[in-house]
Amino acid sequence: MRYYDKLVFELSRDGRSAFSLPEAPAIRLPESVGRKSNLELPSLSEPDVVRHYTNLSQMNFGVDTGFYPLGSCTMKYNPKINEEIPGMFAGIHPLEPDCAVPGIKKIFEGIDRALAELTGMAHFTFEPCAGAHGELTGLMLIRQYHISRGDLARTKIIVPDSAHGTNPASAAVCGLEVVEVKSGPDGLVDVESLKPLLGPQIAGIMMTNPNTLGLFEKNIAQIASLIHGCGGLLYYDGANMNPLLGVVRPGDMGFDVMHLNLHKTFSTPHGGGGPGSGPVGVAPHLVKFLPEFGNEGELRVSGFHGNFGVILKAYAYILMLGKENVPMAGRLATLSANYIKESLKDCYKLPLECICKHEFVFDGLIDDGAHDEVPGATTLDVAKRLLDYGFHAPTIYFPLLFHQALMIEPTETESLETLDAFIEVMRTIAQEAAQDPMLLHTAPHNTPIGRPDETAAARQPVLKWTKSN
Amino acid sequence: MGTFAYFPHTEEDIRKMLKRVGVGELDDLYADVPSEFIRKGDYDLPSAMSEQEVRDFFESLALANPKLRVYAGIGAYDHYTPAVISYITSRSEFLTAYTPYQCEISQGTLRYIFEWQTMICNLTGLDVANASMYDGATASAEAMRMCVAASRRRNTVVASKTLLPNVLHTMRTYAKFAGINLVETYDVMETVCEGTLDLAGVIVPSINRFGIIENHSSLAQAAHDAGALLAVYCDPSALAVVKTPAEWGADIAVGDGQSLGIPLCYGGPYVGFMSCTQALMRKLPGRIVGQSTDADGKRCFVLTLQAREQHIRREKATSNICSNESLMALWCTVYLSLMGTEGLKRVNELSYAAAHSLHDALMETGRFEDPFEGQPFLKEFCLKPLIDAKTFQEALLEQGIFSAVQTKEGYVSFCCTEKARKEDLETIAQVARSI
Repeated sequence: MRYYDKLVFELSRDGRSAFSLPEAPAIRLPESVGRKSNLELPSLSEPDVVRHYTNLSQMNFGVDTGFYPLGSCTMKYNPKINEEIPGMFAGIHPLEPDCAVPGIKKIFEGIDRALAELTGMAHFTFEPCAGAHGELTGLMLIRQYHISRGDLARTKIIVPDSAHGTNPASAAVCGLEVVEVKSGPDGLVDVESLKPLLGPQIAGIMMTNPNTLGLFEKNIAQIASLIHGCGGLLYYDGANMNPLLGVVRPGDMGFDVMHLNLHKTFSTPHGGGGPGSGPVGVAPHLVKFLPEFGNEGELRVSGFHGNFGVILKAYAYILMLGKENVPMAGRLATLSANYIKESLKDCYKLPLECICKHEFVFDGLIDDGAHDEVPGATTLDVAKRLLDYGFHAPTIYFPLLFHQALMIEPTETESLETLDAFIEVMRTIAQEAAQDPMLLHTAPHNTPIGRPDETAAARQPVLKWTKSN
Repeated sequence: MGTFAYFPHTEEDIRKMLKRVGVGELDDLYADVPSEFIRKGDYDLPSAMSEQEVRDFFESLALANPKLRVYAGIGAYDHYTPAVISYITSRSEFLTAYTPYQCEISQGTLRYIFEWQTMICNLTGLDVANASMYDGATASAEAMRMCVAASRRRNTVVASKTLLPNVLHTMRTYAKFAGINLVETYDVMETVCEGTLDLAGVIVPSINRFGIIENHSSLAQAAHDAGALLAVYCDPSALAVVKTPAEWGADIAVGDGQSLGIPLCYGGPYVGFMSCTQALMRKLPGRIVGQSTDADGKRCFVLTLQAREQHIRREKATSNICSNESLMALWCTVYLSLMGTEGLKRVNELSYAAAHSLHDALMETGRFEDPFEGQPFLKEFCLKPLIDAKTFQEALLEQGIFSAVQTKEGYVSFCCTEKARKEDLETIAQVARSI
C-alpha cells in the first residue's frame, strides 16, 4: 500500500467542474428562506475525482485484498453475482403501490420463507438496517408482547457478561434495565447464577449462541425452560449465527426473537461499516407485531422497507447455496476455526481447551518476551505486526473476560493454504515477540502510516477539513 | 459433496484439518450441541442455482415490475446518479472492508468519512458531523434521544406534524420504548412558548412533507429560552439553496443523504446524517473520524471520541449504533465531489424550474386547488384535487408515471428533479384534464 496524502478539498481549483447539466433559470425564493452563507464544496474535473478516490481505495484492506480473521464479524467472501442484482431495481420508488411492484413482493416473500426455514422462526421483518438495529427492534417486539398482555412490570433484560457491547446498549435504547449474568469457569452462562435473577420483572434474556468465546451454550434447553418458566422471552443475537448455518436453528433451541446480520452470515459486503441489514425473525406468537404482518403495536424502525439492496444480495447468496450446499457452510467455518486454534495453542494462551465453533479467543502470547526494562508484547502489538505480513488483525480486547483477548474467526471461504500461511505468520510473530518485543511494539512497519496518536486525536479533536488544517 | 464455488475445501483438505483438530468427522465438531438440535435431512430450500440461473431469476422478477418514471418524493428523490459513483463504490477495497478498526490499513475509508463529515458540516452549517446513521428517520429518532440525553432531567420533545410521516412514525416508536414524551403538533412555536417545564428538544423540517420551505425565524430563540435544543430535518441537496439549520439557529441537523445521488432502490440502502454544534460534540451518537499524526508525524485519520460508543460504554453509550451506512456516505461524498457547489445549485435550479412548470400546468387544468398558495417550494408540492385522487394516480400509472401520492389530508404530492422530461409533465397535466 502506498501513502497518499490528499483530501478532496485540497485538489479543488476554481473553474473546474465534473457535472454535465443544462443551464437553468435562477431560483426565486423569498430571502427569508434562502441560503445566505457560502457553500464550500470542491471544484474538480471528473478524472481528478476518479483518481483521488482510486488512490484512497489503495490505502484500504478488504476481504478481496486478503485474509480478514476479524472475530464476530464473519468476513467471508462477498460473491460478485450479488453485486449485479440491486441495479436491476435501482429506479423503483419505495412508495410505489403494491400493484406496481409484484416482483419485489415475491422477493420479500421468498427471502422471508428461506430465512424462516434456516432459523426456525415464523416470519421476519426487514426494516432494521444493521445488527444493532435488529437487536433494538427485537427488544421492542419483546416489550410489545408483554405490553399487549398487560404485563407492564417486565422492564429488565438479562444479558451475559460475554455479550457484544451492542446488547446492553440496545437494551438501554429500548428502555430496558440490564441485569448482567456471569459466565462460569467454562465460559458459558452460569445457570446457577441465572436462577436468582428470574422473576416477574424479567422481559427476557439476550443470548449469543455460540457466545463471543465461540463456545456453544450447551445448557440452552435448560435456560430456555427457566426463562419461559418465569414469563420471559429469549432473544437470539444472530451476530454469531454463521457456525449454525445449515446445522442448528435458533427456533428449535427455544428462541422467540432473533436478528440476522445479512452482512455477516449471508455474505453481503460490509462496505467499510455498512450498509448492513438486520432482519428480525419471530416465533409464531409474535408475528402479529411485525411491521409487515399486522403491526399490532404500530412499530416502525426505519424510513421505508429496510436496506432492500442488501436484502437482494443476501437472497442471491441463498439461491447460490441452495439446500445442497447450506449444510456445509457452518461446518466448514467451524472446522477452519478449530484448525487454527489447534495449530497455534502452543504459542498463544488458550484459556479454554475445547472444541470451538466459528471463532475462538486466545489470551495473548505464552512468551511475550518481557525482560529487564522491555515490556512484553501485547495483543495490540501482535495485531499491528500481522498488518506487516499482509493479514488483517483479529478482533482484539474483546470479549472483556480476558485481558489480552485475541478473537479469531476465519469463515468457511478461506482455503487451507491461506489458513496455513496465517498460522505460519502467527508463529513467526510469537518467535519475534520472544526474541525482540520492541519489533512488535513499534509495528506496523510496512503500512502507509504507522501507529497514530489516538490520545491527541481525542483530546483536541479535528473532525473536519478547513483551509488552515 | 460436490464442489461449490465459495468453499475452497477439497476432501483431502477436510481430512487433513479434521486430523489436526483430533476428530473423526465434521459432525464431531458439534458434539457439544444436544443432538435434538442438529438438523437432520434437507432444509426446505430451493436447489442450488447456477450463477446464470440466479441472474435470470432476478431479471425476470425485475421485469415483473413496470418500469415507472418517478414524479414523487416524500423522502425519496429521483435525482440523477453520475456514472463515476458506482464505479468508485464498487472498488472492492472499499466494498469488502469492515469498519476501520485497524487504521493503518483503513486510511481510504477513514479519509472519505472525514471528507463526508466536512461536507455535511458545510451543507448544514454546523460544527461537527458523525460518520453516518442508518437513514433520515432513524437519525431523527437519535436526534430526539440526543436532546433528552443532553438535557439530563428533561423528557419532552416537540415534533412538527409537518415532518415526513415515516420520520414521525419512527420517532414515535423510539419514543414509546425509551419513555420519551413526544408531542406532535402543527403549532410548534405555540407549544414551545407554552413553557412545558421539561422540554428537552424541538424537531422541525426545513422543507416539510408538503414541499413547503418552512420559516423558522425566532424558533431557535424560543426553544433555547425554554431550555430546549432545536433540531432541523433537512434535504441535503436542497441545502445548496435553502437556509441552513445553522442559519435557523439549530443545534442539531439530521436528514437523509439519499437525495445526493443515491438510487431509489425501493427505499434502501440510504444514509442518515447528523451534525451538531461544538458544544454537543460528545453527545453525538455513532462513529466519528478525527485527524491525527502517526509516529513519524504523517497526517492520518482515526476513529475518535470512542468513549461515547457501545463497545466501550455498553448500556451507558450515547447510542447502540455500530455498523452504519459507510459505503453510502462514500456514495454521497463522491457525488458532492463531482457536483461541487455550482453543480448542486444547478440540480436545484432544474428541479425548481420543472416543479414550478408542473405546478402551473396542473393549476391551469382547473382540476386542483392550491392549499399552500403563495408559500415557497423547491421541487416538491401538494395540491388538493377536485378529481378523484385514486383514479388520477391509476391513470398516471397506466402512462408509466408514478406520481400524485395521496397524503392523509387528501392532497396529492408531486416532485420533479433535474431528470424531469417535458413530455411527462405535459402527460401529467393531460391526464388530469382527461378525468
